[in-house]
Amino acid sequence: MQEQILKIKNSAAQEISLCKDLEQLVSLRVKYLGKKGELSLVLKQMGKLSPGDRKRVGQLANSVRNQLENALEEKMKNIKFAHQQSKMRSERVDVTLPGKKFQIGRIHPLSRVMDEINNIFIGMGFSIVEGPEIETDHYNFEALNIPKNHPARDTQDTFYIDDELLLRTQTSPVQIRVMEKQSPPIRIISPGRVFRSDSVDSTHSPVFHQIEGLVVDKNITMADLKGTLKLFVDKLYGKDSQVKFRPHHFPFTEPSAEMDAMCFSCQGRGCSLCKQEGWIEILGCGMVHPKVLKNCGIDPEVYSGFAFGMGLERIVMRRYNIDDLRLFFENDVRFLSQF
Amino acid sequence: MILSLKWLSDYVNIDNLTVKQLADGLTMSGSKVENWRREDDGINKVVVGKILSVKPHPNADKLLVCLIDVGDREPLQVVTGAVNVKKNALTAVCLDGATLPDGTKIKSGNLRGVLSQGMLCSLSELGLSGADFPYAAENGIFLIEESCEVGQDISEAVGLDDTQIEFEITSNRPDCLCVSGLARETAATFGLPLSLQSPVVKGSDGKISDCFEAQIETNLCSRYMARMVKNVEIKPSPRWIRERLRASNIRPINNIVDITNFVMLEYGHPMHAFDADRIKGQRIVVRSANLGESIQTLDKAQHDLISDILVVCDQEKPMAVAGVIGGQDSGVSDSTKTIIFECACFDGASVRKAAKFLNIRTDSSARFEKGLNPICCENSINRACELVELLGAGEVVGGTIDVKNFQPKTKIIELNSDWINKFIGIDLSQEDMIKILNSLGFKVDGKKIEVPPFRIDIEDKADIAEEIARIYGYNKISTSIIKGQAMGGLNRRQKFEKRVNNILISLGFSEIFTYSFISPKEYDRIQLDEDSDVRKSIKIKNPLGEDTSIMRKTTLASMLNVLSHNYKNRNPLAWLYEIGKIYSQDPDNGLPEETKRITIGCYGNCDFQAIKGIIETLLDRLHVDKVEFIAASGMPFHDYRCAEVLKSGKILGKFGEVHPTVGENYKMSSRVYVAELDFDLIYDQVDENLTYESLPKFPASTRDLSLVCDEYMTSAEIEKVIRKNVGLMLENIDVFDVYRGKQIDSGKKSISYKITMRNKSRTLTDQEVDEVIDKTLKDLAEIGVCLRS
Repeated sequence: MQEQILKIKNSAAQEISLCKDLEQLVSLRVKYLGKKGELSLVLKQMGKLSPGDRKRVGQLANSVRNQLENALEEKMKNIKFAHQQSKMRSERVDVTLPGKKFQIGRIHPLSRVMDEINNIFIGMGFSIVEGPEIETDHYNFEALNIPKNHPARDTQDTFYIDDELLLRTQTSPVQIRVMEKQSPPIRIISPGRVFRSDSVDSTHSPVFHQIEGLVVDKNITMADLKGTLKLFVDKLYGKDSQVKFRPHHFPFTEPSAEMDAMCFSCQGRGCSLCKQEGWIEILGCGMVHPKVLKNCGIDPEVYSGFAFGMGLERIVMRRYNIDDLRLFFENDVRFLSQF
Repeated sequence: MILSLKWLSDYVNIDNLTVKQLADGLTMSGSKVENWRREDDGINKVVVGKILSVKPHPNADKLLVCLIDVGDREPLQVVTGAVNVKKNALTAVCLDGATLPDGTKIKSGNLRGVLSQGMLCSLSELGLSGADFPYAAENGIFLIEESCEVGQDISEAVGLDDTQIEFEITSNRPDCLCVSGLARETAATFGLPLSLQSPVVKGSDGKISDCFEAQIETNLCSRYMARMVKNVEIKPSPRWIRERLRASNIRPINNIVDITNFVMLEYGHPMHAFDADRIKGQRIVVRSANLGESIQTLDKAQHDLISDILVVCDQEKPMAVAGVIGGQDSGVSDSTKTIIFECACFDGASVRKAAKFLNIRTDSSARFEKGLNPICCENSINRACELVELLGAGEVVGGTIDVKNFQPKTKIIELNSDWINKFIGIDLSQEDMIKILNSLGFKVDGKKIEVPPFRIDIEDKADIAEEIARIYGYNKISTSIIKGQAMGGLNRRQKFEKRVNNILISLGFSEIFTYSFISPKEYDRIQLDEDSDVRKSIKIKNPLGEDTSIMRKTTLASMLNVLSHNYKNRNPLAWLYEIGKIYSQDPDNGLPEETKRITIGCYGNCDFQAIKGIIETLLDRLHVDKVEFIAASGMPFHDYRCAEVLKSGKILGKFGEVHPTVGENYKMSSRVYVAELDFDLIYDQVDENLTYESLPKFPASTRDLSLVCDEYMTSAEIEKVIRKNVGLMLENIDVFDVYRGKQIDSGKKSISYKITMRNKSRTLTDQEVDEVIDKTLKDLAEIGVCLRS
C-alpha cells in the first residue's frame, strides 16, 4: 500500500511539474487529491491494515498529500505569474507618447501677485478692505489733503462723472472711509482698481491696480513704518533684500518717503531691469498727516499712523519680465497660460 | 530743474565731494537727482590751435590747407573747407582720434591727396550756438576770441567744463527750483557753510515814481514790484552769465533778458523786463483780461484772452500774460533804452489756468504754479538791479514801486523735540534739531521756530519732523515691528470670492482682467434693445475716447471682446472667467451702485450642456443647492439656448449660447457660450452649515427608464412626475441619453433616466420599487409620456 501511495506521488509530481495551465492543474487536483481521487481511493482501503501499519500509512499519506498540495500551490503561483507576465508584455506602452491633456485654468498674474502681497500683510495682522471705485471728490482728494487747484490734481489726471463724482485715482479713499468708521487700532490694506486718464501704451493704462496700507495706533513711529515695509520686501523678494528710504512728497503723509529695494536681478550692480540704477522704486509711504487723521475724527495728539501704497502692475511686470502692460488686459490665452 | 555745478559752488564749497557723492547725498535728503552730465560729454581730444598758415589746396578749389600749432608737438597740417580761416587766429582743432558730441570720430587721413591730421570745428559741431558766443560766425569754423592758451583743452578754454545735474523736485518744494535753494539743501545735507549775500544796489538819480505807478485790481496778485533802469545798452551778456545760463539749459538772449533769467534761476522767482518807452500812460495795472482783448506774445503768436486770465496792462492794453509770458510789443529789443523790471507774485492756480488755456508753459509759469511767497520778490528785483550795475548794462533809477496786496505774516511753530523723537523713532537732542533747522534757514528762538518765507510747504509740527528726519537721514532711523495685537485675515465674503476663483480654475477657466469702462457701441454689438435698462450707463465726462466712455452695466461685452481677441489670434479654445464690477446709478444713495459679477465665457470644446454643468458644479461646490433652471431668452443669447438659474425665485444669473448675430458682431464663427452671474446674490444663498451625513448602510436600487415624449416637453416636467411618485426613496435622477431618430416617431424624442432609490433603514424590496415605478409610469402616461418599446 505504501508502494501504491509512493507511485501515486511520483506520477502526480511528474504531471504537476509538466502542467502548463490552470484548468489542467485544477483537474490534476481532482484526479489525485479529490474526494474520489487516486489518493482517497487508496486510503479507503486502510481499514484492512493492522493498527501499526495504519498509522504509518496514514502518516505517509498525509505527508504525500501535503507535498502534493504544496507542489500544486507552487505550480499555481508559477503559472499565474507567467500569465501575468505575458499579459503585461502585451500591454507595453510607448512612454514617449504625449500624456493626456487636462484643462485647468490659471489665475491672472495680477491676481497671483496681489494675493501674494495680501498674504504677506495678512501674516502681519492686516485685514483687507475694499471700497467704491466711483468715489466722491471729497474722499479721493479733499479728505486726503489735496484741495481743489492743488498741483497733485493735475498729475493725477482724473476721469469725472460729474462735478462731485469721479473714478478714484488711488485706493487711498478707502483709508479715509476706514478711519471714519473704525477707531484705532487700524491695520488694513486696500488693494484695488484705480483710474487715470493716461492713453494706453506699453507702460500706461487708464485702469491699473494699487495696494495701499494703513496702520493707526498709539505710539506708531516712522521706525515702525520702516520695519514693516522692510519685512514686506524681505518676504516679497527673499530674505536678504536691502531697502532704502528717500524723502518724497505726498499730500496726505508727512514725513513722506519712497522706498527703493536693491535690484534683485543684479544685486545693485546695475542692469537693464533697474535701468542701471541698482535700485528699484517699490512704493511710496509716510506718516499719516495729522490733518488727515483729524479730518477723520482721530485725535492726532493721541494716535499716529503710517500709510503706504504701491502700483501692482509694475511689480508684476518686473516679477515676470513682462515688457508690455497691455498684455494684462488683452487676456490672450497664450499669455494667461504661462502663469 | 537743471543745476549748474559751477554755479552751486559759488555758494557752497563742494570741492571735497564727487558729483556722485553730491547726487547721492541730495537724493537721500529729498532733492532727487535724476542724472547728471558734463557739458562736454562726447568731446574728446579737441584743443585750442593757432592757425600758422593758410594755403590753397592743390587739387580742390574749395579746400584750404592750414598749418596749425597745437602746442606740445610739431604743427599739424589740416585741410578745411571753411572760408573764415585766418592766419594767427585761434580755433578749435580735432586731433587724430577726436570725438564730437554727435558721435563723429575724426581720424587723420588724405583729403584729395593731401594729408589732413585733424579737423577744424564750428560752434555747432561742439554742441554750441551763436547764443553762447555771439561774435562767432554761425557758418564756418569757430574763431576763438577768449583768452586761452594754444594746446589747451577746448572745454576748459570755452567754459564747456560745467556739469549739469538734473533734479526731480517734488511739488511741495518750489523753493528748490533755484540755485540758491539747492545750495541751501546742499549746505544742510553735508553740514557745509552757505554763503548767500543780500544784493546791494548803488542806484543813480531819478525816481521811478515820477514816471510810473502800479495798481493791483485783483486778489490773485499778492504783490507787484517794479524798478526802472535808464540808459540801457542792450548787448550780449558777459561770458560767465552766458555759461551759467547755458549750463541751466536757458538760451542766452541779451544782457537784460539774461539778467531776468539769471535771477529766476538763482532765486526761483520769475521776473520780466518791459521796454519802458513802449508803455502807454504812466500806470501799470494787474487785472483780469477783458473778453475781446488779445495779445501778441513773445513767441509772436496772437492770443484771444478770457476773463480767467490775469494780465499786466498799460493804459491801453495787456502788456503781458501775468506770470506766463510777455507781450511782443512791450518786450526788450535791441533799441531799448529804458526798462522796467517786474517782480510780482501771481496766484499759482490762476497762472496754471492761463498757461493751460494758452497752451504755453514757460519756466516762469511752472514756478508760479507751484506757489511763491510775495516776500521773496524784494531780493530778486534788487538782485536784477545789482547785476545791471555789475554788468554796466544801464543806470538803476532810484526808488521801487511796491504794491502789497497781502498781510506779511511769519509762521511760528513750536519745537517739541520729545514729540519729534517719538514720532520718528529717534533720539536726537534739541540742540541737534536746532542745528538742522538753522541750516535750512529756520530761525529758532527758545521753543519758537520761525519758518522762512520761501518754505510755503511748512505748516505744522509734522512738517518740522520731516525736516529733521530727512536731514538726519531716513536711513539712520532704526527699524522696528509694530506692537500690539491685530486680527488680520480675509473676511467671509473675501474667502467666498477666493472659493469662486478656485472652483472656476479647477474647472478649466482662466481668469481675465478687463476695463471697467466700455464703448456705448458695445450695447449695439450685443444687440440690446434700444430701451434696455442696461443702456442707461453712467457716462464719463472726460473720457479718453468713445471706446472707454461709459461705465459698463454688463460684463458680457468685455468678455466677448476678450473671446474675440483670442479667436482672432487663432487660439483653438478659450475658457475664461472674470470677477468684476458693473456700475449703475443709484438715486437713493450718493454713490452709484457697484455690483460684482461672475462672468464666464468660452468657445471650443463646449456646448450648452457643458456650460450648464459648469454652473451646476460651481453652485454645488459653493453649497448653493435647490437651484432651478428655466428657459430664457434675450440678447445677447441664442433664442432657444439660454436659461436663467433661480433660487427661491431670485435670478442668480443667465447663461447660454451667444446669438449668431452677436457672434458675427464679434467676428467669431464658432459657437460661443457665456454666463453672467450675480456674485452677491449667490453669496447670499450660500448655506455654510455643513454637517456630515452618515454613509448609507443599505444598498440602493436603480431602474433605467427610457421614456418617449413630445419634442417640446421638457425634462423638468418628467422629472417632476418622477419626484412626486418616488418620494422620499428618491436618491438621484440622472439622464444618460437623449435620442431622436428612426426608432421613434418623428416629433418625439426619447430621454433615458437612471433613477436611484434607497431607504436609509432597510433594503428596498423589488416589489415596492416596481410598484413605485409602475405608479410613476401611469402618471407619466397621463401627460403623454410612455415607455420606449
